[in-house]
Amino acid sequence: MSERYQVSASPHVRDSITTQRLMLYVIIALMPATIFGICNFGPYVLVILLATICSAVLSEYVYEKITHKPNTTSDLSAVLTGLLIALNMPPEIAWWIPCIGAVFAIVVIKQLYGGLGQNFMNPALGARCFLLISFSSQMTTYTVGHGFTNIVTNVASTTDALSSATPLAYLKEGIHFNLGAMFLGTTTGVIGETSALALLIGGILLVCLKVIDARIPVCYLGSFAVLVLITAAVRGYSDPAVFMLEELCGGGIMLGAWFMATDYVTSPITKRGRIVYGVLLGFLTWLFRMIGKSSEGVSYAIIFINLLVPMIEHYTRPTAFGIVKEKKKKEADK
Amino acid sequence: MKLLTFQGGVHPYDGKELSKDQPIKELKPGKELAFLVSQHIGAPAKPCVEKGDRVLAGQKIAEAGGFVSAPIFSSVSGTVKGIEKRKNAPGGMVDAIIVENDEQYETVEFSPINSLDDLSNEEIVGRIKDAGVVGMGGAGFPTHVKLSPKDPSKIDYILVNGAECEPYLTSDYRSMIEMPEKIVQGLRCILKLFDSAKGVIAIENNKPEAIRIMQEAVKGESRMSVAVMQTKYPEGAERCLISAITGREVNSKMLPADAGCIVDNISTLIAVNDAVMLGKPLYHRVFTITGEAIANPSNFDVLVGQSYSEIVAAAGGFKSQPEKIISGGPMMGFAQSDLTVPVTKTSGAITAFLTDPVSKTQESACINCGRCVSGCPARLMPCKLSDYAEHGDAERFEAEFGLECVNCGSCSFQCPAKRPLAANINTMRQTVLANKRKKK
Repeated sequence: MSERYQVSASPHVRDSITTQRLMLYVIIALMPATIFGICNFGPYVLVILLATICSAVLSEYVYEKITHKPNTTSDLSAVLTGLLIALNMPPEIAWWIPCIGAVFAIVVIKQLYGGLGQNFMNPALGARCFLLISFSSQMTTYTVGHGFTNIVTNVASTTDALSSATPLAYLKEGIHFNLGAMFLGTTTGVIGETSALALLIGGILLVCLKVIDARIPVCYLGSFAVLVLITAAVRGYSDPAVFMLEELCGGGIMLGAWFMATDYVTSPITKRGRIVYGVLLGFLTWLFRMIGKSSEGVSYAIIFINLLVPMIEHYTRPTAFGIVKEKKKKEADK
Repeated sequence: MKLLTFQGGVHPYDGKELSKDQPIKELKPGKELAFLVSQHIGAPAKPCVEKGDRVLAGQKIAEAGGFVSAPIFSSVSGTVKGIEKRKNAPGGMVDAIIVENDEQYETVEFSPINSLDDLSNEEIVGRIKDAGVVGMGGAGFPTHVKLSPKDPSKIDYILVNGAECEPYLTSDYRSMIEMPEKIVQGLRCILKLFDSAKGVIAIENNKPEAIRIMQEAVKGESRMSVAVMQTKYPEGAERCLISAITGREVNSKMLPADAGCIVDNISTLIAVNDAVMLGKPLYHRVFTITGEAIANPSNFDVLVGQSYSEIVAAAGGFKSQPEKIISGGPMMGFAQSDLTVPVTKTSGAITAFLTDPVSKTQESACINCGRCVSGCPARLMPCKLSDYAEHGDAERFEAEFGLECVNCGSCSFQCPAKRPLAANINTMRQTVLANKRKKK
């Protein structure tokens, strides 16, 4: 009886999935959009990407060092936050601006609230909104890039080739843009948002790998599309369906729906909650874009609805297996 | 054909090819056998032999301790050496009757019957009760209690649990392949008690051979059928099985009979057949010994009271020093610190692994991914319940249905942060239930 074996509570086997691997999958899924951004806007984008990711990882490392917490940079969540912040930057922004955003996202939004899993709003979007207020002119200047963009910006028939307005600014006026260019992404905008195609590839990859629940992006995009279609029809825009598709391909909604709204920490855990969350996001984005004054609305819509997530979760708790709800029970007894 | 299943669940590696083609072999016991007095849910059995008594195989050595209890029988002939404390699989110390094997294998006379028609319903239940038959899937609920519901006419399903969803285990599979007629006869015995019931043998679709053989065996039986279920853990958990076959939901405060169902494991039906038809008490069972650390993974017909170390030796011992040994399967089994535990009526397997990745994994923060929620067959939110458990918040734990947990371990299995969700929830559940008992 000299041999002793390991004793622990069941189960004694675990799935191979880890937090680190989930983060890695999301980073890989963002690669089509990232690579497209580099090609579309030129090599300076690479500087922004690297500087932002490095500041995100470094600020997490330093914060945890100072507060004597275990180092969690290897879970790749800081890399992902940095990448998402960079993808939300205009292509010619001074590189140090997103770096400030990365420090804000990691230290203020994530770590001060207790680190991974405890933040109540998406760190990357929190940082973007922080920068939008702090550096409003730099954050909204979309100069023409060095890649595909200068070839194709003149597709918008009403503008000259050097225009720096994003497609959404045209749509705001009810003017059609070039749907094909918007789908492919050869337009202006922030680094990672222009190509609906690249984002869709990444988003569908995440759904296939079961990293994200399709309920969130589908309900978000679906409810938004329906509301836009109705609005376009009511306002008498020509080709409301094309207008709807252009709204779906324009601005940050694709990036937001597939990669920001689906952030685990700040989205509901329940299946029904995810549907409610997606629909609310679609509604709020529609409200900001079509009714409000701004042409963009995805970032604000997501961080506002992030704040409602605990409540959504509370009201969409599943009823445990075999438990008959009190109300139904009373009805059945009658 | 549409595969039947339940909501939730996970897909662990099943590892069954290690032992699934090994025919059931008889196993000779060693010099000393230990019979735990508590091998079932309910009151422990009361020893009815004394030190020095000579006993035969099949002789009763402990009486049922109440209605919800079951008698214990010796599995060999020999001499009672006394009553000592022995370790059981979960790690507790229990009284055990120690019998020294005289290697004569003398058996008591059984009282077989010629035909089931000769017995009344009361006699059938009586023979099952007297044979000490309990649920052999693991819970050990006395079968005669299960077969005595308040209103027998309300029972419309007898479900035979051949799902064997627990990874690595193959004892039920081998039993279905090798003893289909015993299973069918066992089911006949139970169906005779419930006129309005039909018997459904439920098997996961990763066992096509068992499905084929059982379909063959129920041919011509108007009240029996085979249901093919999706391969998913925990398909064979009682509540999941009922939901998969009938669509009915049973909660923790209900018995399956409240939903018109009685669920019996494959091994239990074989024991019912032996008890009713042969008058033979329950003192042996089919047992799987498997896992990457075992030299020759096998299926044995083992005797109750044999030590785990004898079974390991009979399977060729270990390939090399294992890190983890589990009584049962990897999802719900109990880890063993040594091999001194004796076989009971409810122990169906030993799984031995060379490495134990679980005890080395580092737990990290919950990222709210929802994998535990989507995997939970009881539709709970395991990550939240685990938090309440860690904070000692019994009130919210209960309000959010923590007591409905079936401890299947799907949440821990799926968790990317490697949190011990099931263990936290189970500890809290046991505490809450114990406090409730105290208040009564």
